[in-house]
Amino acid sequence: MKIKGAEMVIRILIEEGVDSVFGYPGGTVLNIYDELYKHSDRIHHYTTCHEQGASHAADAYARVTGKVGVVIATSGPGATNLVTGIANAYLDSSPVVAITGNVACAAIGKDSFQEVDITGVTMPITKHNYIVKDASRLADVLREAFTIARSGRPGPVLVDIPKDIQQADCDYEPKKVTPVTRTCTNGKEAFAEAMKLISECQRPYIYTGGGTVCSNASKELIELAEKIDSPIGSSMMGLSAVSHDNPRFLGMTGMHGKFAASQVMAKADLLIAIGTRFSDRATGNKIEFIKGKKVIHIDIDPSEIGKNIPVFVSLIGDVKAVLKKLVSELPAGNRKDWHKEVESIKNCPDNRLEMPSDTVNPETVIHAVNRHAPKDTVVCTDVGQHQMWTAQYYHFAKPRSFITSGGLGTMGFGMGATMGACIGCGKKKTVLFTSDGSFHMNMNEMATAVSNQLPLVIVLLNNNTLGMVRQWQTLFFDKRYSNTSLERRTDYVKLAEAFGAKGIRVTKLDQLDKAVKDAFAAVGPVLIEAVIDQDEKVLPMIPPGGTIKDIIVKA
Amino acid sequence: MNPDEFILSMLVNNEAGVLTRVSGLFARRAFNIDSLSVGVTSDPHISRITITARGDDYVKTQIVRQLEKLHDVKIVELMPTTSTVMRELVLIKLNIAQKSRAGLMEAVAVFRAKVVDLNNDSVTLEITGERSKCDAFVEYLRPFGIAELCRTGLTAISRGRKTLKMDAESAQHN
Repeated sequence: MKIKGAEMVIRILIEEGVDSVFGYPGGTVLNIYDELYKHSDRIHHYTTCHEQGASHAADAYARVTGKVGVVIATSGPGATNLVTGIANAYLDSSPVVAITGNVACAAIGKDSFQEVDITGVTMPITKHNYIVKDASRLADVLREAFTIARSGRPGPVLVDIPKDIQQADCDYEPKKVTPVTRTCTNGKEAFAEAMKLISECQRPYIYTGGGTVCSNASKELIELAEKIDSPIGSSMMGLSAVSHDNPRFLGMTGMHGKFAASQVMAKADLLIAIGTRFSDRATGNKIEFIKGKKVIHIDIDPSEIGKNIPVFVSLIGDVKAVLKKLVSELPAGNRKDWHKEVESIKNCPDNRLEMPSDTVNPETVIHAVNRHAPKDTVVCTDVGQHQMWTAQYYHFAKPRSFITSGGLGTMGFGMGATMGACIGCGKKKTVLFTSDGSFHMNMNEMATAVSNQLPLVIVLLNNNTLGMVRQWQTLFFDKRYSNTSLERRTDYVKLAEAFGAKGIRVTKLDQLDKAVKDAFAAVGPVLIEAVIDQDEKVLPMIPPGGTIKDIIVKA
Repeated sequence: MNPDEFILSMLVNNEAGVLTRVSGLFARRAFNIDSLSVGVTSDPHISRITITARGDDYVKTQIVRQLEKLHDVKIVELMPTTSTVMRELVLIKLNIAQKSRAGLMEAVAVFRAKVVDLNNDSVTLEITGERSKCDAFVEYLRPFGIAELCRTGLTAISRGRKTLKMDAESAQHN
């Protein structure tokens, strides 16, 4: 069947099971948008205020659903506006297909209007990218893009389609989607070695990361912990895989992790690292980090093995498949002494850092949301102190319920991401924790949330400063607050109302519960501004490159 | 070869931009390329890239594993220096008059180089061989005054029946 290239794009999206896409129209994608118009019964397109918002939406949509997120943008500035979103998806291994238009093939290389070499620009931040210059290749390239995005370690793929290719005749033959096979590829020796290390160890520690979430392996992870009687700690990307109230779960480790999670890890003699890449924010001093312990590293990406931390045994493969095999073959272990030691560390005062319960502060605000949000609520964040407080205090109960910018640390991620997450979870109430700094970066997307009546509960912790940078300036730069005091006069309630949303300001504790309750009862987006102290700190803190011995627990 | 030097051979899709993907990966992961040569194989869809680089076992492993992740890279192999034939080609131009060429032709014979262009005031030589031989030849010529020099970079093939082959799956993929 002969169809135009632009229609081919839509046909392949439908083949791939895509029903929601995010993007922004423009000159070189007019043909694709014309086809979106004709196929609006099959694919819903969400027009954002800026392509960056669309790219974060596609990323978060992918993380919530486990499907591939799709974003469309025009050539030139449309394409370059995607760059931060694509880099964010790359660093956090999120499956996204970005489709960009480009000027006609004959105009490429002439510095034509809105021409940019987007495949060149995105080469280091995509799993792979394409520019399609032969219409007969279009269908295969698009299918391949989806396969690459979701297979192995997921990630973003960009397909750049010049305008004349969208207008060209192509042959369409329907094809079934290639399913992704998830296996473990290890030999018997590696498994035997891993089992031996586990059986022989006295103090095991399961350290889980984003790979466990991505592989839907929460059940297997907990089974492993039960079987070998091990505590569990998590990287930030790994949060939500284990419910906050699981007695084996110690919380997040690393720079702003829970004291017990880091302390128990330091005392362990065997670290079973699962779907994690040992980021510098998670390990601190890498030499001290692994002192006195052996490491088993389970990951789907062989290049992660030994990249940041030398390991004893590596098991390469899909986390779920590897854990299934381990759980079925390992003998049950019982480690009473270790268990006792872990419990005593859990109960020590340094593990119970609490903020005052009688003021509006990050902890009381997040706990108010804990009280009102249904268990399966998806919670997103921007980047900064509020992100760490959310990671520390929010009660995650369901896998894929925490969407945050981990590797890239993108301020401005939140608004776009929360919209994508909300659409991905069937337009249920979705929470965004943000701050005055991050929110100002992409608050334009409030307009998109209002147009689509998305039920977002946006909780903005306003300390009128760039809090995380201020914290570092306080601790490491002698309180020289260079350019972090914002002195903005934004009236968030009026701002929300100007966008057509509801705004609530909370300055006193007795206003808090009602505000959150009202926000959860409202239709459409609601912004709660909670005013907090400028010098509220994220604690504990292990300084960069430090160890558990350097942990700061008091301000 | 230096003890920390190694040779990588890889088969890649013969498509626009593939060389950028490979060299860009080296740059962004902070690995250095000492030399690089590339050319099409007997299969017109596949090119072969030979890279020499320096580093310890960590660097070697990381380079190979990161390269293996590139979609256009079909196979990567570290070539063992003991069982690999390595060659480089060098073209050298010397702008010297006929009367000052004493000793030059003798060196050409000893090193088994070739004269590929000759006129009254210039000589162009070609030499092929392992890098140490090429280096020695270039050093010998230096006093004559080298006007221009081009090296192709090392290319390498294994001894015996062993070949660099893609597995069936990636060959099919192509």
